[in-house]
Amino acid sequence: MDQPIIRIQNLRKSFGTLTVIDGLDFDVMKGEKLALIGPSGSGKTTILRILMTLEDISGGRIEVCGEPLYHMTRNGAEVSADEAHLHRMRRHIGMVFQHFNLFPHKSVLQNITMAPILTKGEKRPDAERRARELLDMVGLADKADYMPSQLSGGQKQRVAIARALALQPQIMLFDEVTSALDPELVEEVLEVMQRLARETDMTMLLVTHEMGFAHDFADRVLFFDKGRIVEQGPPDQIFTAPQEDRTKSFLRKIIAAGQRV
Amino acid sequence: MGDWSGYLTLIFQGAWTTIQLTLMGSALALVMAFLAGLGRLSRHAVLRWLATVYIEFFRGTSIFVQLFWIYFVLPMTGLWAPTPMQAGVLALGLNVGAYGAEVVRGAILAVPRDQTEACIAVNLTRFQRMRHVILPQALPLMLPTFGNNAIELLKATAVVSLISLADMTFQAQIVRSQTGNTLLPFITILVLYFAMSSAISFGMRRLERRVTRGLDGVR
Repeated sequence: MDQPIIRIQNLRKSFGTLTVIDGLDFDVMKGEKLALIGPSGSGKTTILRILMTLEDISGGRIEVCGEPLYHMTRNGAEVSADEAHLHRMRRHIGMVFQHFNLFPHKSVLQNITMAPILTKGEKRPDAERRARELLDMVGLADKADYMPSQLSGGQKQRVAIARALALQPQIMLFDEVTSALDPELVEEVLEVMQRLARETDMTMLLVTHEMGFAHDFADRVLFFDKGRIVEQGPPDQIFTAPQEDRTKSFLRKIIAAGQRV
Repeated sequence: MGDWSGYLTLIFQGAWTTIQLTLMGSALALVMAFLAGLGRLSRHAVLRWLATVYIEFFRGTSIFVQLFWIYFVLPMTGLWAPTPMQAGVLALGLNVGAYGAEVVRGAILAVPRDQTEACIAVNLTRFQRMRHVILPQALPLMLPTFGNNAIELLKATAVVSLISLADMTFQAQIVRSQTGNTLLPFITILVLYFAMSSAISFGMRRLERRVTRGLDGVR
């Protein structure tokens, strides 16, 4: 954990006149598990979407694996990244979405093998063998030939995790991955993620409303409000001894809503 | 009534011409629909503009006038003098293709944005996104309207009788003028048109069932 794998410097993002991220700075170390928490609209999800290049930035600078994400050098000058540069940078990053976003016209196995075959030139048998290993890991070895519409939400989300892992990214982004699930299906997804966090040295960024899970999962917790980091630290400190008033009042509301922290 | 079998042969010959026009016209329309539909969604302003001009022009003028331009005016430029069949296929394909282009565009836009984002997250290129994820999901949305368009095209083929291409309607007119009987030839072609459009409907329904397999419960 020497060199940061993600550097965010003075990041700004606005949608029209609405500023959602306002001069944000933070680094993420290689292998670090980060939980981003905070009230709705605090900009947590936007940060993940920016890292996945689903949103453009309004200002500032991001480096991923030592290279600028939204900038590139052309003729000695730094210019905005083009699609080819973004394409190259996306190899480092994978994402799991709140609403799974599986490809409904492809089987579970094809959902996982499609990108490795198309983007990394993997041979189909190799891609399928690895896809089956990943399905086994997420506990869905018997569902390889199902269509996504035949799966429960929790199963879909585990397939989505396997799909992202198949590309072997160095950084994984989890965007409220259990928020769209029925309560009884949340645990099976969290279990898979917990195991990933323990068993791999992947860098993981997690946006979540599950405070208990953020506590168990993360090395560091960032509390966001209004597009800025209000407070950050190890989970024990943030959840049991928060320093800032806004963190305290947020956690009070969460506890009042019946959640374990 | 002894000559009736001869007249019927005449009408069947016309029916074959109508079928050829419909098949080739639909093939051209399909190509144009995808070219112009994708063109409307292009990142390049020139392509968007070209596609828009094509669509607006061919939707905004009568197919009858288009056919006359292609068959009578185009040869005057000295570039190319199409045969009646070529002129017919061109007019029908370009005209119906313009309607189809809007169907293609609408169906592509109807695929949820989620799917594009998933494609970006697994690092597909723009072409791969379209080819492997967006179009396969947009196609089932296009098919019902494509079926309608093909039937519209079939019925519009009658317009080529105006440039003396011997399609089904043209032959029925011949039979009518030679026999003085209107009812029989026009009953015959009525039945034939209906049979052809039923065949199109049936074919499209089967195709729809095929491409939507596995997608049930998604929409």
